[in-house]
Amino acid sequence: MFKLHYRLERRAIGMTLAIICAASVGGFVEIAPLFTIDQTVEAAPDMRVYTPLELAGRNIYMREGCYACHSQMIRTLRDEVERYGHYSLAVESKYDHPMLWGSKRTGPDIAPLGGKYSDEWHVRHLLNPREVVRVSIMPSYAWLMDNDLRIDDLSGQLAAQHAVGVPYTPDMIRHAADDAYGQANPDSNRVAGVRARYDDNTNIRAFDGIADRLTEMDALVAYLQILGRLTDASNLDPVGKDLE
Amino acid sequence: MALEERDPVTGRLTTGHQWNGIKELNTPVPRVVYVFLILTITFGLVYALCMPAIPLGRTYTKGILGYDERTAVQRDLEGAAAAKAPWHDALDRLDYRELAADPVVMQEIRETGRFLFGQNCAACHGINASGNRGFPNLAGGALNWGDTPEAIEQTIRVGVNSSHPESRIAQMPAFGQDGILQRPEVDAVVAYVHDLSREGIDASRQRHPAGQEIFKAQCAACHGAEARGNSDLGAPNLTDRTWLYGGDIQTILDTVWQGRQGQMPSWESRLGARNIKLLSAYVSSLRKE
Repeated sequence: MFKLHYRLERRAIGMTLAIICAASVGGFVEIAPLFTIDQTVEAAPDMRVYTPLELAGRNIYMREGCYACHSQMIRTLRDEVERYGHYSLAVESKYDHPMLWGSKRTGPDIAPLGGKYSDEWHVRHLLNPREVVRVSIMPSYAWLMDNDLRIDDLSGQLAAQHAVGVPYTPDMIRHAADDAYGQANPDSNRVAGVRARYDDNTNIRAFDGIADRLTEMDALVAYLQILGRLTDASNLDPVGKDLE
Repeated sequence: MALEERDPVTGRLTTGHQWNGIKELNTPVPRVVYVFLILTITFGLVYALCMPAIPLGRTYTKGILGYDERTAVQRDLEGAAAAKAPWHDALDRLDYRELAADPVVMQEIRETGRFLFGQNCAACHGINASGNRGFPNLAGGALNWGDTPEAIEQTIRVGVNSSHPESRIAQMPAFGQDGILQRPEVDAVVAYVHDLSREGIDASRQRHPAGQEIFKAQCAACHGAEARGNSDLGAPNLTDRTWLYGGDIQTILDTVWQGRQGQMPSWESRLGARNIKLLSAYVSSLRKE
């Protein structure tokens, strides 16, 4: 049975070619679906991009390692659908570079977190989780309130996202820093630009409760409040509705 | 170098190579490895035949079992719905008074309600519904928007100061910050309100006549002349022991000075009508205990 292999092993070139053939099967199976990703990801015409402030919040989410304890992926299992709602769709992470699905749930899944709690709850919870949830084991992230948000690099961040396929316009990229400031300062004169460039449903408010200061707390809460809200695709799909 | 050289000690053939005088035995692969290899490959082939497996450009091989995760979870949910149908039906049909009188359905409401509450409401209101600063105690205290099951249902459905178009709206103005009242006036009305729940309304009126006048002019429109609140406006009763933010002088001063715009999200699109009714019945049952 192994006579062929026995002979192959004794021929350096033949063995090398055989290894390349065998290894490329695994690679092909993983890479091939990417060529047809446009056909396999659901269409969601209402899908909107992250605003610069939300993107900055997403970067803070990655910096602080939130993904190590929170997943953003509701699986196609009855208990998950009953607990969290509609299972996650591919289109919902269409503009996630990199995706933050995660694979570990020390805390709960937060894929559908946007709009579930008030901004004030998020701020108090991030400052001191035990104040609002007695049994929480989440660490405190109090420095988010002290740190001013860095916005001078946001144009570059948007440009990088654009390079990997997120449809930011040159106008959005140019005004990224202004838009980040305007989204968290509803009384400022930069709000008009945010309204003009981004979706009508964009949340514009002082996320951290302080209107005239742009903190990392603003960015992270803005991001958390948009989780699962970039598209209505899963709300329009009837799976699980009225069955819970 | 002979290709067929047998080692005299073990009786095995050698590989025919020699490294620094050391020869390597050409021991055959144990039979058990062959068996596992064949089993694994067979399993792989059968699985690929039965289940969705191989990508084919725009589609994939569906497998002869036709398994699909989304169909499977849909079937599971339908099965679960069928099992709950008897009491779901009662939940949809009966009003709150009838529900409370039906011990079988109430038992299911308590079971399911506890999990729904824990997943959705407990983050703010606490796992025992006992509330927190800024988040009302649902199990015991007075509720600003009314404590009938119907009022609770409406609050859960549309929220308070939420993005829902029918949202309940409650804005305590920032009397100090926005310059509606001067500091001495704020102090007077705060002293009056502070004593309302401790000393009673008559004693407080006697003790703080100036505060009472300001209250009549500025606060009575929402909180009522007797300060008993108005659940149509979400204005709390100031004569009872329930305080949403705190009843000490400093907290009342903060409330009057900077105002309060507490928020409760709308749950209509997240939970659906049946679960909201279930939660309203659940919260109402907590209040009875």
